Amino acid sequence: MVDAAMQTSKESHGPAPQTNRIGLTLADYKGAPSTLCDGCGHDAITSQIIKACFELGIEPHRVAKLSGIGCSSKTPAYFLTHAHGFNAVHGRMPSVATGVSMANQHLLQVGVSGDGDTASIGLGQFCHIVRRNVPVVYLVENNGVYGLTKGQFSATADLGSKAKSGTINELPPIDLCGLAVELGCGFVARSFAGDPKQLVALFKAAMSHKGTVVLDVISPCVTFNNHEGSTKSYKYAKEHEIPIHELSYVPFYEQITVDYEPGSVTEVSLHDGSHVFLKKLGLDYDPTDRLNALTTIYKSNADKQFLTGLLFIDEEKPDFTEMMGIVEEPLATLPQERTRPPKSALDEIMKSLM
Amino acid sequence: MKTLAADSAQNLQEGRVINDFSIQVGTVNGSGSQSSNNVLMRSIFQMGIPVSGKNLFPSNIAGLPTWFTIRVNKDGWVARKKEIDILIAMNPQTAVEDVRGLEPGAVCISPVELKLDAVRNDVVHYQVPFADLATQTTEQVKLRKLLTNMIYVGVVAELLEIDQKEIDVAISRQFEGKGKAIDLNMQAAAKGRQWARENLKKTDPYQVERMNKTAGKIIIDGNAAAAIGCMFAGATVMTWYPITPSSSLCETLVDYCKQYRIDEKTGKATFAVIQAEDELAAVGMALGAGWAGARSMTSTSGPGISLMSEFVGYGYFTEIPTVIFDIQRVGPSTGMPTRTMQGDVLSAYSLSHGDTKHIVLFPGSVEECYGLAMDAFDLAERFQTPVFVLSDLDLGMNNWMADQFPYPEKPLDRGKVLTAEELERLGKFERYRDVDGDGICYRTLPGTPHPLAAYFTRGSGHNERAAYSERPDDYLNLMDRLNRKYQTARKYVPKPVVDTVDKAKVGIIAFGSSDVAVQESREQLADNKITTSYYRVRALPFTDELKQFVERHDRIYVVEQNRDAQMRDLIRLELPELATKFRSVLHYNGLPIDARSITDAIMKQEK
Repeated sequence: MVDAAMQTSKESHGPAPQTNRIGLTLADYKGAPSTLCDGCGHDAITSQIIKACFELGIEPHRVAKLSGIGCSSKTPAYFLTHAHGFNAVHGRMPSVATGVSMANQHLLQVGVSGDGDTASIGLGQFCHIVRRNVPVVYLVENNGVYGLTKGQFSATADLGSKAKSGTINELPPIDLCGLAVELGCGFVARSFAGDPKQLVALFKAAMSHKGTVVLDVISPCVTFNNHEGSTKSYKYAKEHEIPIHELSYVPFYEQITVDYEPGSVTEVSLHDGSHVFLKKLGLDYDPTDRLNALTTIYKSNADKQFLTGLLFIDEEKPDFTEMMGIVEEPLATLPQERTRPPKSALDEIMKSLM
Repeated sequence: MKTLAADSAQNLQEGRVINDFSIQVGTVNGSGSQSSNNVLMRSIFQMGIPVSGKNLFPSNIAGLPTWFTIRVNKDGWVARKKEIDILIAMNPQTAVEDVRGLEPGAVCISPVELKLDAVRNDVVHYQVPFADLATQTTEQVKLRKLLTNMIYVGVVAELLEIDQKEIDVAISRQFEGKGKAIDLNMQAAAKGRQWARENLKKTDPYQVERMNKTAGKIIIDGNAAAAIGCMFAGATVMTWYPITPSSSLCETLVDYCKQYRIDEKTGKATFAVIQAEDELAAVGMALGAGWAGARSMTSTSGPGISLMSEFVGYGYFTEIPTVIFDIQRVGPSTGMPTRTMQGDVLSAYSLSHGDTKHIVLFPGSVEECYGLAMDAFDLAERFQTPVFVLSDLDLGMNNWMADQFPYPEKPLDRGKVLTAEELERLGKFERYRDVDGDGICYRTLPGTPHPLAAYFTRGSGHNERAAYSERPDDYLNLMDRLNRKYQTARKYVPKPVVDTVDKAKVGIIAFGSSDVAVQESREQLADNKITTSYYRVRALPFTDELKQFVERHDRIYVVEQNRDAQMRDLIRLELPELATKFRSVLHYNGLPIDARSITDAIMKQEK
């Protein structure tokens, strides 16, 4: 299964064009070689980030890669060498991202976290970045286990899930997608490292969204959580994945040529003029209905289903930079004449204190 | 022990003490007495007399005892005075204890029904029917309690001979824009004054007399001063989490920035102030912003400093500029949140695990809260590191008289940042290579449009190219360079303020809010034939002047407001060969330090 998943991610999209719309090759979007275990779900996800950025023609220097601590948080080193990276402290990538977005709102922030980094030590910061709607693609590479410290359960491990040591998890999981919807997140999706087609479409859509994106991607840990009895293994995920729709993404710079039967597709316009088309599968799912999204998430958890796709989207919600009403230019590089008030201002203040 | 200048001595013989006394008002917090105390203080200030006001308040919103201390001193000594000359005992809960704490001959103004004359007969009592007077002033029962506060202002004004005109000006200012409140309060003050004139016979020596020592001066607290400093430093991203006594810093900053940092053309802000979910996030945001190139800062107090520890180590190790204000309060733990201390010297200096040492600035006045705030941002960006500004509750939240702040002449120092054009010209960029030999490397900002610009910031071991490394030589190289950088900082941090007196065998070293009390103490010591030199530390790392100062004196008293002699320990580490010269004067009861305590402590050890 592991190999099959990796194969899929590498080959299912046909030959990539030599250069993209800004003249860069796929190699220009790569990073240092991964030091994760062979077959790690995280590497499969990394390759889809690379592919999405390449296909979108994103200028690498416009991206800021952020992460916390853990296996997942190592991955920003493995993509986009030409983007600045910030491997922060455990669970606190969201605060860094918030500061970065205030300093330079033109950066496209990709924040990579894991289930330990987000659902345990970083749960507070996760909630607050979502609440503020700070523009960042917040990716959770979710394997239900602490890999770097050798296999302890994380807070997303399912009730009754079995650890490699044989221990049964007795605590209920925190559902990050449910939590994100609850907190008013404007873009919530769940996917699977073994579903590259859906992943790359979600990444592209996420990068076109303005505000916090929560992408919870089940990413099996081949070393500590890929055994029988685990609910985050490749096998389990493959067998249980139910895509709620088939996603396709059309960037703003391309003409829409998708042709679907009427009523079979939901079209969502994204902030930058791109579009997502959601083709109905078994479910009749409206991703703009928040209450329905919550109900669906809760129900699928109760039924032990693994639903993937775009769970909720709200393109109207103002993001944090808008709310803060800051000037268009990056605050970081505003010249002194715009950040130091004139002498008359100080004189006025002094007079008021006399 | 009372030290008086010659003219005061003469006045004393005539039974008068002019412009040299302290007033302590004991009230209940949440009772609205703050406005009255401000009016009292300001009216004295408006008469040209040096004055300060300190609020000694509980960690509580309403109902607990609170005291406001006003120091009036013609020589400009406005540190807390240990002895209370005039007590206004308005709080029945504490009145007995308050009056017991007075020196014989002191003054006690109190509600008549408290019968405090039965507690002490060796103090001057002025017993006032406040309740009756309040009833006569207003029919609204709700307002009586509030107006009682202004009635005591009137009584005190009459006894001390404060001009009624100045009282009225101060009331108008205090209740600016609220016409009805101004009228009512003026009536209440007048009522108190009239009653005192008709019913009290002055038997105490204290009074004010107009001077010209406050012309052109301002009254401000240190947090507001620091906020103004941050605004003129061009700070752009400010983050904070509410905590006493630092909250007012960022709150004031927001107010000023809304007024002076809105882009005229677009109506948009050239700043972002974020109230974070906790201090962990506040410092994370500040570091994220600093990394991305913003002038960022956060403001907190002891518990927040503890929480920020991990991230501050990250900032030191990865070399990210930010400024952290620590308005110190009494610790450890929750401690006494509304009381003052200089207890975070050691923790701020070496905050975080591993080998860390930080640049720390110590403002000693409200002027320096303003000035050093600006220096802090320049240092943070020059040295690419978190810089601490250690203020405290006494400096930060209390009212101080000051000269008007000068407009900054120096342009902002944004440090070593490479642009795309510079990268193109250089053809090479390594984030952590010490190109200039001063330990400070060049950095680039995310978003810089050049393929060479990017680098990876990590709190794990890294080499000069910012790549992950666990190699012993890479680690040594990095840590030794960080140390070199710290040594470079010695030449850049604010110099100490030194007053070396010829033939003085005794040197005093102090820092921060102890300054005024130490200066006053030096006069008291001189009156007792102890000549002292004075060295006020304004930064860590220490500068070269320190050794010279210590060497030329036989004994050095390090005055500080903590139990463990934290600054003395740092100085000993700096000058181990001179370690035996140091003695300590320690003040750590939560009250602002006073001159008398310093003088007594030094005289005791000098015997």
